[in-house]
Amino acid sequence: MECLKAEGVDVIFGYPGGANLPTYDAIYDSGIRHVLVRHEAGGGHAAEGYAKATGKVGVCFATSGPGATNIVTPLTDAMMDSVPVVFFTGQVRTDLLGTDGFQEADTFGITMPIVKHSFMITHPTEIPRIVHEAFHIARTGRPGPVLIDMPVDLTRVEIDYKPVTDVRLPGYQPTLEGNQKQIRLAAKALANAHRPVIYAGGGVINANASDELVALATADRFPVTCTLMGLGGFPAPHDQWLGMLGMHGTRAANYAMDEADLIVAVGARFDDRITGKLDEFAPRAKFVHIDVDPAEISKNVPAHIPIVGDAKNILARLADEYGKLEADPARLSAWWERIEDWRRRHPLSFQDSTDSEIKPQFMVQALYEATGGEAIVASDVGQHQMWTAQHFHFNAPRRWINSGGLGTMGFGLPAAIGAAIGNPEIPTILITGDASIQMNIQELGTIAEHGVPVKVFVMNNGYLGMVRQWQELFWDKRYSQVDMGSWPDFVKLADAYGIAGHRFADKATLVEDVRRVIAAPGPAFVDVRVTREENTYPMISPGAAARDMVG
Amino acid sequence: MGEPGTKELLSLEELEGAVVGLRTGRKHILSILVENRPGVLTRVSGLFARRGFNIDTLVVGPTDDPRFSRITLTLDGAMHPIDQVTKQLHKLVEVLKIRDLEPEDTLARELAVFKIAADGVSRAEVMQIVEIFRAKTVDVTKRSIIVEVVGTQDKVDAFEKLVRPFGLIEMARTGEIAIARGRAET
Repeated sequence: MECLKAEGVDVIFGYPGGANLPTYDAIYDSGIRHVLVRHEAGGGHAAEGYAKATGKVGVCFATSGPGATNIVTPLTDAMMDSVPVVFFTGQVRTDLLGTDGFQEADTFGITMPIVKHSFMITHPTEIPRIVHEAFHIARTGRPGPVLIDMPVDLTRVEIDYKPVTDVRLPGYQPTLEGNQKQIRLAAKALANAHRPVIYAGGGVINANASDELVALATADRFPVTCTLMGLGGFPAPHDQWLGMLGMHGTRAANYAMDEADLIVAVGARFDDRITGKLDEFAPRAKFVHIDVDPAEISKNVPAHIPIVGDAKNILARLADEYGKLEADPARLSAWWERIEDWRRRHPLSFQDSTDSEIKPQFMVQALYEATGGEAIVASDVGQHQMWTAQHFHFNAPRRWINSGGLGTMGFGLPAAIGAAIGNPEIPTILITGDASIQMNIQELGTIAEHGVPVKVFVMNNGYLGMVRQWQELFWDKRYSQVDMGSWPDFVKLADAYGIAGHRFADKATLVEDVRRVIAAPGPAFVDVRVTREENTYPMISPGAAARDMVG
Repeated sequence: MGEPGTKELLSLEELEGAVVGLRTGRKHILSILVENRPGVLTRVSGLFARRGFNIDTLVVGPTDDPRFSRITLTLDGAMHPIDQVTKQLHKLVEVLKIRDLEPEDTLARELAVFKIAADGVSRAEVMQIVEIFRAKTVDVTKRSIIVEVVGTQDKVDAFEKLVRPFGLIEMARTGEIAIARGRAET
């Protein structure tokens, strides 16, 4: 516990069990807040939500065996989205290790491919050093999850805590500086580009480099697009903001990438949801790639000017070097005319209903209007996630909490809990689907117990919406196992948990209805009935090129 | 190309030479210095399996310093982007140093033992091959001999090819270990 305090931990998300009883006994009078979740997966995602909203390291406790296997999903999720979380798992007694003891699982082995690093405690005196090393590894470089497996007998021993201030890991030395020569080269390339695009990812958020991104973009009139994970890294709406790119990005963003002559990628990893057909991705472009993880550079797309290091310091220096070159801004005029034309012809739009029916896109716009954009927005995975990314404009980093890489349904509710606890300054809302919410719905108990003021909005179409959309478009409308029916009655369910439940189905009053819900203190659970068969557009079909967007 | 530090511009056409997953087409020997801890080998081999990299041979052994072990592995550069392999390996906290050893500056050796069916008639011929390869006969029975060969992978391959027609009963090979030539550390 002393180690955790020294690391500045103020909240732990967890679940006790036989193999972590000594740890929970220490929590009893430690003074550190513990949030008892209802399932270990909820604990892991809550710690992720906390980390994403605050930038601090999240902490999750689970017991051995099933407790540990239940955190496999949040661990993988944190690995894919580079979220700093330290997971502490209980383990059976040292003398039982390897004997298939009660609630024994090879946690260390099971989790090896899905952690940034992991430790197995073999002696009580190692604990302080290992805990500090774990936090250091989770937080620095490209952030990620670290797991510490603790045999129960080794956690019972009283040890003297001496602060460990010198974490020295010879095999772990992230490059942060950014090569000056490369930065100058990148500045020159930018100064000579006629059709540049800045493509920013979640790395900008992780590096707290949003201000520096704006500084670079406005050092001239560079157009900016962000990935799903990067939303909020550049303030939207903004004159130079093209919207999100990728499979459900805007046409302006995707077409700009397609025709660009220079793409500056920052903290982004050229995922297949971004590139579409790799051979036809940005065929005319040269690439500057800024990333703290050297393994991302030239992994999927060749980097002509690779710059390894921390985005914050590199972007600031790049803006500075660019300024020195006094490039002629007029060279970008033709490019902006082209972009403005795309924007004019292809704005994000949808066919609104002619009656009182709520279109899902309208629901997101209503939430944006009702909050004025001043909210932390968590989401789950599917159509509602994409519509939120498209229609809710994020004007600041760490406001958008979602599962991008792994695409974990059930992420949203616990992540919203973690975010709301981590940042109580502004309201936290969850936009989820009727399918996703049911994957970790037990966390309503956590919300009720702790009075976490999360406002849950279920975009309820009674379908596994994204799967249904793909079956409609690519599988001849053969709707196989996607109709979720109308269970449960979410208002009654909220009531069972002692949470205020509402059902909205009229678009005329929706904005006002939402305002009232958000203004009321405490948690709320809102079932919003939306059009059943609505598709998320525009869309780059899987394996197609950006210029062939449909919808 | 525009000199760094000057206002001279850089033409984007000059930016060449960037490629994804460059295949060198030759065999690579990676010498990896790792911390001597449980689980390290699993991490390394697991990484290879997960990223779809095929290992040809892998050898682990102690170094002069008991805190470290050395993993020597060989893989085919025609199949794998070696720089992606080494970058991924570098991300493992317990990996301290990786050398992609240049063949001409490297001393590589493998130990192999062959059990060959060699009775009266063929034995002399086999012995002759053993002689040429400067291999060693370490066990002899009426109907077989066991031969120990030390050398590069190529040499062991060549030996195998030559003795196989006589009746190769079984064979065991260690995989190559390697060290950089000259004074500098590997």
